[in-house]
Amino acid sequence: MVDFSVGQILWNLLLAARWTVVLSAIAFAGGGVVGLALLTARLRRWPGVPTAVSAYVHVFQGTPLLIQLFLAYFGLGLFGIDVSPWVAAGGALTLYASAYLTEIWRGCVDAIPRGQWEAADSLALSFGEKLRHVVAPQALRIAIAPTVGFLVQVIKGTALASIIGFIELTKTGTMITNATFRPFTVYACVALMYFALCWPVSAFSKRLERKMRRDR
Amino acid sequence: MTADSAFSIVDIKQLRKRYGTNEVLKGVDLDVKRGEVIAIIGKSGSGKSTLLRCINGLEEFQEGTLHVDGQPLKHGDAKAMRELRQHVGMIFQGFNLFPHLSVGRNVMLAPSLVKKTPQDVNDATARRLLARVGLAEKFDAWPDQLSGGQQQRVAIARALAMQPSVMLCDEITSALDPELVGEVLKVVESLAEEGMTLLMVTHEMNFARKVSDRVVFMHAGRIHEIGPPEQVFGAPRTPELQQFLATLH
Repeated sequence: MVDFSVGQILWNLLLAARWTVVLSAIAFAGGGVVGLALLTARLRRWPGVPTAVSAYVHVFQGTPLLIQLFLAYFGLGLFGIDVSPWVAAGGALTLYASAYLTEIWRGCVDAIPRGQWEAADSLALSFGEKLRHVVAPQALRIAIAPTVGFLVQVIKGTALASIIGFIELTKTGTMITNATFRPFTVYACVALMYFALCWPVSAFSKRLERKMRRDR
Repeated sequence: MTADSAFSIVDIKQLRKRYGTNEVLKGVDLDVKRGEVIAIIGKSGSGKSTLLRCINGLEEFQEGTLHVDGQPLKHGDAKAMRELRQHVGMIFQGFNLFPHLSVGRNVMLAPSLVKKTPQDVNDATARRLLARVGLAEKFDAWPDQLSGGQQQRVAIARALAMQPSVMLCDEITSALDPELVGEVLKVVESLAEEGMTLLMVTHEMNFARKVSDRVVFMHAGRIHEIGPPEQVFGAPRTPELQQFLATLH
């Protein structure tokens, strides 16, 4: 048994929290890019695409994130593809986030009245111009709050990456517990860390939501 | 007939439109000449708005042909649709101004994107058009700061900014408070006087009688009666039109 002071525990967790932040950032940025691409493809209504995107969303929303991580890490290994925990966790979380974000944003786009599309159509705007100059600026206003809210889910979701050996906040907590045999103290500190990451984001989302309502 | 078609700006032949098995346009023929003002009247569900919306491709049709300024309307051909829509302006019942853009930018958006009009020219045109609809001082206002009548006049200026050959008006005064109807109709009337080709679906029978060259009475997906306003309003031939006109009084 190694003796860690609470200060040392917190310090080590703080170092590990960096990787939680990095993984969240990868998932969010990657998920944002893929989600946006899926949304655009869906809005273009290319034959088969809306159905395919909807199936993709259902698959990722209908299965546990943990299983998705297992499949990315162990599943690909079965085919002889060696994936590091980094690639597996980053990839799985990106796909997971993209499915949710594309669905959230689709809802926001759907909230734009049909008349806006029709007015843009009748002014001869192209699809890209309609999206960029008419629909996106309006959808963005509605999207900010739920998008930031989802970011909190992603941050907490990264904890599951610890299961496939990705050393982030939760994994580090487990390792320190194994060394100190003080699970309550250590996990309480871990929870505190997550709270310190998520709470400002939630508060920011709430503030945005209030601001949006005021602006109306 | 052939000579007429050469001068027609909107040429619709045997147009049929179905929603599933429900046929809402059952073979419509209409030939609109340059500068003509056409009022389309009829009960709700008669297909009059659908017909109007077919002309700029907001609705797809299954059979028949439609030409605007000699160009055929081709669904699925984005480039052709974009070209055709530059000739056709549309004004909606619900105004459909872009709420995130100021009044001036509402008017300038499409010319700058589609026609690549230089900024200074575009700005001057927008100011001139807003002055024309009596809203010169609203250039920097936001749509939600305007009354319904003012919003609709901005929508007219926005459509005019693309210099269309035809203007479609889809019940443009139906969402307005009665006291605001006049200011919008006055602008439409001035367009008619200046020679703009107008197709308008309207419930303003007095206005239709006063301004239009021909009145189209739609009934059950067909053009049931068509003629100059004196004839359509003064001497309706079919019982359906007689009944429709009677319900208005």
